[in-house]
Amino acid sequence: MRVIKCRKISSGRAEGLSLFSPAPISFFGTIDPETSVVIEKNHPLYGEKIAGKILIYPTGRGSTVGSYVLYGLSRRGLAPEAIIMRDAEPIVAVGAIMSDIPLVDKPESFDFRSGLHTVVDADRREIILT
Amino acid sequence: MYLTNEQEAILRGEEGWARKKCLEIIVGLGEIYGADRLIPVASTQISGVSYKTLGEYGLQWVESLSPSRVAVPSTLNPAGMDLSLWSEMGVPEEFAYKQMRVIRAYEKLGIITLCSCTPYLAGMAPRFGEHVAWAESSAVCFVNSYLGARTNREGGPSALASAITGLTAYYGLHLEENRKSTVEVEVSASLVGLSDYSALGYCLGKMLPQDIPYLKGVSNFGVEEAKALSASAAASGNMALYHVEGFTPEAEKSNSYGLERHRVDDKDLKGAYEELSTLRSGRIDLVALGCPHTSLTELRAAAALLKGRKVSPTTKLWFFTSLPVKVLAERLGVVREIEGAGGKVYTDCCMIVAPLERMGFSSMAVNSAKAAVYAPTASKVDVVFTTFEKCITIALEGRLT
Repeated sequence: MRVIKCRKISSGRAEGLSLFSPAPISFFGTIDPETSVVIEKNHPLYGEKIAGKILIYPTGRGSTVGSYVLYGLSRRGLAPEAIIMRDAEPIVAVGAIMSDIPLVDKPESFDFRSGLHTVVDADRREIILT
Repeated sequence: MYLTNEQEAILRGEEGWARKKCLEIIVGLGEIYGADRLIPVASTQISGVSYKTLGEYGLQWVESLSPSRVAVPSTLNPAGMDLSLWSEMGVPEEFAYKQMRVIRAYEKLGIITLCSCTPYLAGMAPRFGEHVAWAESSAVCFVNSYLGARTNREGGPSALASAITGLTAYYGLHLEENRKSTVEVEVSASLVGLSDYSALGYCLGKMLPQDIPYLKGVSNFGVEEAKALSASAAASGNMALYHVEGFTPEAEKSNSYGLERHRVDDKDLKGAYEELSTLRSGRIDLVALGCPHTSLTELRAAAALLKGRKVSPTTKLWFFTSLPVKVLAERLGVVREIEGAGGKVYTDCCMIVAPLERMGFSSMAVNSAKAAVYAPTASKVDVVFTTFEKCITIALEGRLT
């Protein structure tokens, strides 16, 4: 078990399997809002579904409409369980808070991969990998 | 971050779910930007109003905040249609229905449904040094630069969160030390009409997307000129503040000694007109003036140019403005003059956020670099960016020659 300290942006606790993207994600453009599948060609997660995952990626980019896309995914039950970023940005932060999705950033080390059982406890500012 | 007892209580949910959620948004943004506390805002201006940009889930979010009420005077960005004359504009009925749901949702929160990108021309002008939370990028750049008020470039949800809580995080352009010029720009280009200021703003935003320029060499800078420059600088870059020597209130304090120097000349302006025009000749479906919303002065100038003339039957000439400006223009007979020549004056909306692509338009003439930047992608129309006078000529002749 590994415990990684981090910063809380949106509170809550969630667990699930990690889905790691080394490339940035823009909720407006990268993700299909109807299915939660990554639709941006040439994206390392192309074809993957983010629903129910602990989504991990370095930074965000793109339009502020992205906050509402993340909120829409959550209303349809297609949002990630939690989000870990190297550096959070306002679009995803606002979307995560609106949707009650735990969001943390600035982990002590940004050393992740997909498929690991991961707990995000934003209020304790901890990521637990088992 | 330091929070007062009252703010802590809101975060515990003691004042209801909506205020809790909205304060979480403000605090979350404060964390990201390293704010040490929250400050009160005097007003907010909220984007995400056209159903075209807000969408179904954005609308659901706004609806979910009811029965909470805004804490400070708050207005809205343009909607996707004139709220009274939408049918005449040719807006599809199901779009109009959804748009009215959006307006009602905001109204329920106690928001003033003045739908305009220029609320500062309609009684909502922040004073020097006042902290506000505004979202419309052109208005942000205008009130920071021309009025010396203080706001960051808010997104729709964060401005709405500030409206509900009356608070914003203390970072960015709210701090004195972040408002100083970072580069000097010598403007040697000759600036004649408003579209030249619009082209200048486009060049500045493109050249210096992250900077606060100190402009030298500008000899005329009134409300309309500032409105035009602010809009395009914010559209081509992320510009939220600039200083103009001899005109804007913080220019003197924020001088340009020792800063890196740039220059904008006539060739740069000419380049902007060419770069932004996707059409060189041919029929024009729509001449759209009012990005940002026209002032009374601009409407009067148009009425004078249109006197005794007729808009081509194959072209529409539409002006976009705010409701208070239109009411005044009606009283002064200006609207009657424009309509007599075959033009229309619409309120509450604009050529970018209206669903033009569903209204049968494929070519448009504008005197705004901002409109020219967004129109091809937002409304899928070809565009020509030219002067105000030339736009009127195109409307009369029905084509660009």
